[in-house]
Amino acid sequence: MKIGIPKEIHEGEKRVATTPDVATKIIKLGFEVSIESGAGLAADIPDKAYKDVGVKILRSTQSVWKNSDIIMKVRAPEYNSETESHEAELMKKGQHLISFIWPAQNEALMQQLAEQNITVLAMDSIPRISRAQKMDALSSMANIAGYRAIVEAAQHFGRFFTGQITAAGKVPPAKVLVIGAGVAGLAAIGAAKSMGAVVRAFDTRPEVQEQIESMDAEFLMLDFDEEGSGSGGYAKTMSKEFIKAEMALFAEQAKEVDIIITTALIPGKPAPELITSAMVKSMKQGGVIVDLAAEQGGNCALTEKDQVVVKEGVTIIGYSNLPSRLANQSSQLYGTNLRHLLTDLCPEKDGQVQVNMEDEVIRGATVIKEGKITWPPPPPKLSAAAPDQTQAVEANKALAPVDETAIPEPIKRVALYALAGFAFYGLGSVAPASFMSHFTVFVLACFVGYQVIWNVTPSLHTPLMSVTNAISGIIVIGALVQISAPGALIMILSGLAVLAASINIAGGFLVTRRMLEMFRK
Amino acid sequence: MSQGLVIMSYIVASILFILSLSGLSNQETARKGNYYGMVGMLIAILATVMSDAVTSYTILIFALLIGGSIGVRAALKVEMTQMPELVALMHSLVGLAAVLVGYANFIDESSAFTGIEKTIHELEIYIGILIGAITFSGSIIAFGKLCGKISGKPMLLPGRHLLNLILLLIAVWLGDQFLIEAETGGGVWPLILMTVIALAFGVHMVMAIGGADMPVVVSMLNSYSGWAAAATGFMLSNDLLIVTGALVGSSGAILSYIMCRAMNRHFLSVIAGGFGSSGGGSAEVEGEVQAIDVEETVQLLHDARNIMIIPGYGMAVAQAQHTVHEISKFLVGQHKTVRFGIHPVAGRMPGHMNVLLAEAKVPYDIVFEMDEINEDFPDVDITIVIGANDIVNPSALEDPNSPIAGMPVLECWKGGSTIVLKRSMASGYAGVGNPLFVHDNTRMLFGDANDSLQSVLKRLQG
Repeated sequence: MKIGIPKEIHEGEKRVATTPDVATKIIKLGFEVSIESGAGLAADIPDKAYKDVGVKILRSTQSVWKNSDIIMKVRAPEYNSETESHEAELMKKGQHLISFIWPAQNEALMQQLAEQNITVLAMDSIPRISRAQKMDALSSMANIAGYRAIVEAAQHFGRFFTGQITAAGKVPPAKVLVIGAGVAGLAAIGAAKSMGAVVRAFDTRPEVQEQIESMDAEFLMLDFDEEGSGSGGYAKTMSKEFIKAEMALFAEQAKEVDIIITTALIPGKPAPELITSAMVKSMKQGGVIVDLAAEQGGNCALTEKDQVVVKEGVTIIGYSNLPSRLANQSSQLYGTNLRHLLTDLCPEKDGQVQVNMEDEVIRGATVIKEGKITWPPPPPKLSAAAPDQTQAVEANKALAPVDETAIPEPIKRVALYALAGFAFYGLGSVAPASFMSHFTVFVLACFVGYQVIWNVTPSLHTPLMSVTNAISGIIVIGALVQISAPGALIMILSGLAVLAASINIAGGFLVTRRMLEMFRK
Repeated sequence: MSQGLVIMSYIVASILFILSLSGLSNQETARKGNYYGMVGMLIAILATVMSDAVTSYTILIFALLIGGSIGVRAALKVEMTQMPELVALMHSLVGLAAVLVGYANFIDESSAFTGIEKTIHELEIYIGILIGAITFSGSIIAFGKLCGKISGKPMLLPGRHLLNLILLLIAVWLGDQFLIEAETGGGVWPLILMTVIALAFGVHMVMAIGGADMPVVVSMLNSYSGWAAAATGFMLSNDLLIVTGALVGSSGAILSYIMCRAMNRHFLSVIAGGFGSSGGGSAEVEGEVQAIDVEETVQLLHDARNIMIIPGYGMAVAQAQHTVHEISKFLVGQHKTVRFGIHPVAGRMPGHMNVLLAEAKVPYDIVFEMDEINEDFPDVDITIVIGANDIVNPSALEDPNSPIAGMPVLECWKGGSTIVLKRSMASGYAGVGNPLFVHDNTRMLFGDANDSLQSVLKRLQG
């Protein structure tokens, strides 16, 4: 099948749906790939780079849309003012479209696409389950957005991120607050941290505390008992009391920090307002706020979408196209996400896609199948981490009584010692003196062995074993003292015993030596 | 040589053996310890040979020379990866020697014991042969399992505990018969019957133990070979044998105990065998593995700063330790942190991995025990797991129904990415599925470990 990649027409969109690297691998799957001339220019990829890996370059937009079986794009189709037509109108029956669609927000577009009798796979609707992570474009784009947010903040921030003590004076490190520790938040934490800033982060979902701390950032604890985890790893809307406590925390932090990165989103709803104008006012002059939720209305009251504004001395960055501002990188990652989806769509590697609605991932992504709207999909089967744990605890509880016998531990121990003592005395009462003297030696030797071995380094277990093996060849003594006894049979038996034991002695010591020679610092 | 001198020599030998064992418990003194052992053995043998008890030298010298040269040959020829087999085989020789000495002593009528002393002496012979025979056949089976001649899966006969109990009771009853008959100069048949039963018992015992428990079995047999020597010592009233046997016996027992503790299992349950048969429905592992190729592996390694290598039995099988060393050397040269994490029961014998890495000349200060590094995993960028399975299985911690539940494992999934080198998707020796392989951060590099690592090394250098 033929895959076509048109140039993105959305204003400010610099990404492209495939890169030469990715195209090579798609071609290996058996597809033919063609691209509109200049589609990669904004992401610093010239036509020649595509041509070199065997991608066909098409001059006109129309021919890309017309001649392809599969159209791969970044943005959802929209009205093209240049050609004075809507991209969706260029599609015809039987074609496939893979791109971001946002079906919930774009009902009209969905209707229009359905009327074209095509199949549409939405990259934003891929279920967020482990297996589909490799094609989760939302995560890969969020990762870039988080990183870029810090870069943007750094550009507008008048100081170092890292603290320094120089001959020209002491520089304090920048303090960064990240609100919402999703993929973007964590990426921002990582980027800020690696530039040397002091990073704090807040999230309503308590399970991300560990992730935040693993990035070496400080988790801001809210002294309030409410679970903020919604389905699919997203946060849910919190209660009024919780929000009040949260706002108090932000108000306090705003006075302290230099940079705030907000990433709080609740699916299908406008972004919650977390930074009020009063908080902005309380911030230090020269502070920076990067609002990653600008597209959905912004987490900061003063955010203006796609603008950088300075209010109350604080720079507020509301770019909604942060991934596009790192176009080459995001094209590479997005292209790879698409390739993984294609790999799943084309299990035979023969260049034919099969939209298998039995497959959970493909089912989720397919929002229109041959002209029929199939969105929303049935809810995904979630990996239920929390219930598992409680189950485990209960199972442990259930198991515990089995281990415990009715007799408490100390009594058992005393009983054991008493038994051993009786056994000793029982033996002593019947055994002759000669036996007892040997027995003394035996018991003492056992204790010596115990004391000597107890602290052996684990790395020496094998040499220790082979040396004790050689030493247990001491049984040769037993054979030696018998070999001179009268009788041919005894002599043969003892001779064989000497033979066996001496193999052991020579072999054991030498092999130990060989091993020990190898250990070196 | 007078009796006094012989005993003096025995005391010196005993002390040297103790020094030898204590020397072996530390890297710095280990080599010296081995020499102590050699000198001790030499003194003991010379003193015995020159004592009044020995009069005929021809067979003695022949047997010593032949046996010695076979031992030397074996020691110089053996591959380090076959170490567990060799050790198991040598345990069986001690068992064999104990049985032979026991029989010889039984036939020898020159010893003049009477009354209770005679009974005790007979009992000592009986017990010596019993332990020796169990050690012998058990070690042979362990040898077979270790070199793959016998399946590593536990063989579970129905009612095996009952069977063992019956065998034990028969052995006790035969012992009683033996003592009665020995009073009148007979007793050969009960002794031979008991030997057969003990041999069968040894076979059955080790057959029932799964491959994953082999380290424990090897060190347990080591302990048995010591007890066999000690029993022989009682039989011959020889203090040197008693002391040495007890030393070896208790050291082996403690080593087994340390192993069991590392696996968080009870010693008795290991010996009772049948690992993996109980525990009920362990969770099936669901999910998809994500394969990776050599090129991507190299890329990941290039980007990583902190690398952990976890070797397992697969490294031994593929003889990959030299390649592993070359890779680690190269990465260290790139100023990356490279460390080895060794699980106490990795491989088929205690300390197996350490020996292999030492053979490949991996410096031992970058080789760490599980307890030393398990907490560092969150800082590790890449973990390379080479042919290990159960020792990196998260279900040991997460799934209370898993047969290996509660066993401490190397928690590599807490770090960055994990690359698992594996021949195929077969489960480990314990027969337990491994959720690590389908973990989001895990990539599988399929193929022979050595081949894969060779090409990784080539790409790294090229």
